[in-house]
Amino acid sequence: MENRMELKFSALSQNESFARATVAGFCLQANPTIDELTDIKTAVSEAVTNCIVHAYPKGKGDVYLTATINNGTLTLTVRDHGIGIDDLNKARQPFYTTKPLEERSGMGFTVMESFMDSLKVSNASGGGLEVVMTKTFKQEDEDIVNIG
Amino acid sequence: MNVKYRNYNNVLYVMLDGELDEHSAKETSKKLDDVFSTTISKQIILDLSGMGFMDSTGIGVLIGRYKKMKDKGVSIFISNPSYHAEKIFKMTGLYEIMPKIS
Repeated sequence: MENRMELKFSALSQNESFARATVAGFCLQANPTIDELTDIKTAVSEAVTNCIVHAYPKGKGDVYLTATINNGTLTLTVRDHGIGIDDLNKARQPFYTTKPLEERSGMGFTVMESFMDSLKVSNASGGGLEVVMTKTFKQEDEDIVNIG
Repeated sequence: MNVKYRNYNNVLYVMLDGELDEHSAKETSKKLDDVFSTTISKQIILDLSGMGFMDSTGIGVLIGRYKKMKDKGVSIFISNPSYHAEKIFKMTGLYEIMPKIS
């Protein structure tokens, strides 16, 4: 059975901990390990940080976050209506940053990619960036044989 | 982010307690710069045992501090990172400039 939730919040840094804690809370139903939860929280934080830092250079905007759990797989979509990214391949390279003077690591997409099972980044139709990530929760008891 | 420190045996020990993300990055950088600027130690140990969360923004903060202190001949070391902080440190090669000590 699919379960789904949606969040819309202002692209402000004080909402980062709210976003990752909310997604973590939603994931609890899938019986994740602490390690999986921290992976997910970190990936959420990276995606939301991108919206806050890059999407709206002229001012206010919103972040749209959708989480779906289906058969033990989490799909996270983080979207904004901002300026998007011209060169997605470049942006995804480790250590690439458009703001070298701001002490930024340029590792956001690399962290998302390695902490989740899959990552898709695209400029959404109608403007803005869309990041879709998935992670399948490991069933810790899958090697247990039940003989009744 | 709560920052505590003590000087002991010519080493500056700095303890970070809290979450390091975009929201806390500026404040954390400033607190670290303030503490670092008062020390005459040539070695700083950052104790991360109280840091409950960190994303890649934390790497930017740490590299920024490294650059500032390198010019003064001061080395910074990492102590007690969480399993996840360590994953990000290894991924980014941070330990090459801020070695881990136990």
